[in-house]
Amino acid sequence: MKEEHKKPLHRYGMVIDLDKCTGCGACVVACAAENNVSVRPDESDKNRFISWMQLYMITNGKEYPYTEVCYIPRPCMHCEEDGHGNPHPPCVSVCVATATRMDINTGIVSQIPTRCIGCRYCQAACPYHARYFNWWDAYFPKGKGLERYLSPEVSVRMRGVVEKCTFCHHRYMRAKRKAEAEGRRELREDEYITACAEACPAGAITFGDLNNPKHKVSQLIKSPRAFRLLERLNTKPKVYYLSSKEWVRRMADNYLPEELKPVKPLSVRG
Amino acid sequence: MTPFSFEWQWDIGHIIFFGFLYLVLTIVGLGLSWAGLKTVFQLLGLMWERDLEEH
Amino acid sequence: MDSALFPEGVSRCSAKKFFLWTLPWILILIWGAVSAALCLWKALNQTNMSNIFAFALWIVFDLGLIALGAGAFFTGFLTYIIGKEELKDIINAAVIIGFICYSGAMAILGIDIGQPLRGWFIFWHANIHSMLVEVSFCITCYLMVLSIEFLPIILENRKLEEIKPFRLFGKNLHSIMAIFAATGTFLSFFHQGSLGGMFGVMYARPFAARGGFYIWPWTFFLFILSAIAAGPCFTILVVKITEKLTTKKLVPDKAVQFLARLSGILLSIYIVLKIADTISWIHNEVHKAGLTFMDFYRGNPYGIWLPIAEIGCAIVAAVILVIPSLRKDPKWLIIASILNCTGVILNRFSFIVVTLAIPVLPFERFWSYFPTWQEWGLALASIAYGVLLFSVAYRYLPVFPKEKELNPTS
Repeated sequence: MKEEHKKPLHRYGMVIDLDKCTGCGACVVACAAENNVSVRPDESDKNRFISWMQLYMITNGKEYPYTEVCYIPRPCMHCEEDGHGNPHPPCVSVCVATATRMDINTGIVSQIPTRCIGCRYCQAACPYHARYFNWWDAYFPKGKGLERYLSPEVSVRMRGVVEKCTFCHHRYMRAKRKAEAEGRRELREDEYITACAEACPAGAITFGDLNNPKHKVSQLIKSPRAFRLLERLNTKPKVYYLSSKEWVRRMADNYLPEELKPVKPLSVRG
Repeated sequence: MTPFSFEWQWDIGHIIFFGFLYLVLTIVGLGLSWAGLKTVFQLLGLMWERDLEEH
Repeated sequence: MDSALFPEGVSRCSAKKFFLWTLPWILILIWGAVSAALCLWKALNQTNMSNIFAFALWIVFDLGLIALGAGAFFTGFLTYIIGKEELKDIINAAVIIGFICYSGAMAILGIDIGQPLRGWFIFWHANIHSMLVEVSFCITCYLMVLSIEFLPIILENRKLEEIKPFRLFGKNLHSIMAIFAATGTFLSFFHQGSLGGMFGVMYARPFAARGGFYIWPWTFFLFILSAIAAGPCFTILVVKITEKLTTKKLVPDKAVQFLARLSGILLSIYIVLKIADTISWIHNEVHKAGLTFMDFYRGNPYGIWLPIAEIGCAIVAAVILVIPSLRKDPKWLIIASILNCTGVILNRFSFIVVTLAIPVLPFERFWSYFPTWQEWGLALASIAYGVLLFSVAYRYLPVFPKEKELNPTS
C-alpha cells in the first residue's frame, strides 16, 4: 500500500457530455467488441449480463410536453479513494486475492481475471455497479462471425470471475510500445483513447490525462457544467459528466429533503 | 503468503498479520507434536509412565 | 446391533429407529450434493444470485452458522481459561456444534466462490488489507483447532478407547486443551469481528458503512458481541432439542443456567451498543451520503419491520434470560434461545442482503431476489449435515459426561 500514497503520474479520466449524448449505444457496442465481452443467447436478463459501459436513461418525471430525457453512459469510475480518505478505490482494498489494483502510473484500476477467485466482494463494495460477474462460461455464437472479431490483445474471461471496464488498458500498452519504439516516454493526447470515446458519433466522450493541463479533459472538468456521480461518497471518480440541466445534476447524487427538492426518478436500463 | 512471494512487503501490516498467523500455526503444531510424542514415548515405555497409571 | 459402540452405562434407541431418523436428513444431504454438483458443473447461473445480489442465501447461512457456532469458542474459553467447572458438562456438545457450524460454512463457501479450485489464492496471494482475508485465515485455522478439540471426544468412543495409542493420544491432547482453547479464542475473536468489519469497511455503501476505531469499524465489535451472546443460546437450544428427542436429561441445570444468564447479560450490553451505533450512523454516514434512515426502507420488501424485528427479538430474549424466574422455566428458556438466534440471523441478513438490495445511485432500480432450489439444497444440506453428525456423535460418543448420572434407570 506504500506506493499508493504517492501521487499518480498520470490520471487517465473521461468526460462525458450528457448534453451531447443521444443514447445511441455505439459506446456500449464498441466497448463490447473491443474487449471481447461475452454475450448470452438471451440478453434480456439485465441482472446478470455483462456491459462494461452501461447506458442508463433517466427522465425528469414531468408530463408531456415538459418531459425531458437524458442518457447516462456509465463506465467504471476508476475511483481514487474509498470514501473514507484511503488512497485506493473501494473495490481494491476488499479484494481477497489481490486481483484488482490501481496502477500508480496511470490511475487505471485493473483486473486480473486469472487471479480472481470469484468471491464477489468487490461487486458488493462498488456503489456504481461497475463490476460484472461471469455467471456463465464465455459464449460467442459460432458460425455467426462473432468469434472472428475477438481481439488478441484482450483475454477472454472464464466463468466465475469478475470483470469491468479497464479504460482499454491494452490500447495504452499498444501506444506505450509504439512510443518507446520511437524513443519517447510520453504519449500524445490522441495516441491513447478508449474504444467508447473513439466510437461516439456525437463526440460526447472525451478521454485523456486529467493531470496534463494540455489535454482536453483537464480543461473540461473545470467547466461549471461538470459533476460526478455520487460525489458525496468521496470516492473521487475519474469519470466526469457535463450537463447544463439542473435536474440531471440532482439525479447524480442523493440529497436530503432540506437540501434540494428531489426530482421524481424514473429510470430504464439500456 | 511467505516473504518469498511477489506481493510480500516488509511493512507493519504484513509483519503483524503473518506474524500472528505463523505464531498460531506454530502453537497448534507444537501442541499436536507434543501430544503425539508423549503418546509414542508412553507406548515405548520411555517416559511419562506415571501418567499411564491414571488410565 | 451396534450397542458395542455405545458409551458406557447409557441406553440408545434401536439401530432401525436410528436409521429411520437419519433418512430424511440423508435425503436433504443428497439434494445438497446434487445442487453442489450442478453449480460446479454448470457455473453459478444455477443460482438466482446476480450482479446486484453478489452475496445471497449462502452467505447468510455462512455468517449465520458462524455466529451461532461461536458457542464453541466462548464455552471453551470459559471452561479452560476462566475455569468454570460446571461447563465441563456441556463443552463437548459445544465443540461438536462448533465443528458442525464451521465445517458446514466452509463447505458452502467452497461452492459459493466462482472458481473453487482457486480458493487457495486467498492464502497464497493474500491481500492483508481485506477483511475477508482475515476471516478466511482465521476460520481455516480455527477449523483446525476445532478438529483437534473434537478428536479426543471421538477417541473416547468405547471401542476406539480400547486401542491403547488412541486412548493415550486422546488423553494427552485433552491435558493441553487449554492451549487450543486459548488459540481458538484468539482466532474466533478476530474472525467474528472481521465478519462484521467486512461490511463496515464498505464506505461507498452507506447502509453498511460505519465509523470505528482505527481500522476496525464498530460492526467489528458488535458482531463479536452478538456472536458470543447468541452462540451459547444456540448450544442450549441444540441440547434441549436433543433432550426432547431422546427423552433424557443430558446437562445439569447449573451449566445451562450459567450460559443462559451470561448470554442475557451480553445481549443486554449488545442492545445498548447497537442502538447507540445505529443513532451515530444515522447522524454521520447516512447524513453525509445525503440520505435519511427511512430512505433505506422505502419502496422495497425489506421494510422497517426488519430492524424492528431484529432489535425486538434481542430485547425480548434479553429480558427473559436476565430474569431468573423466567430463565429457569424451560419453556421460556427455549423461547428466549430461539429469539436470540433469530435476532442474530436477522442482523446478518440485514447486513448482507439489504445492503445489496438498496441501490446507491438514485437512478438505479430496486431488484428482487429469491433463491433457487439449488441454493436451498446446499443451504439446507448444511443443517442436515449438522443433524446427522450430532446424532451420530450423541449415539456413539460420550458427548454428555453427566448423562449416566442424570438418567439412573436407563
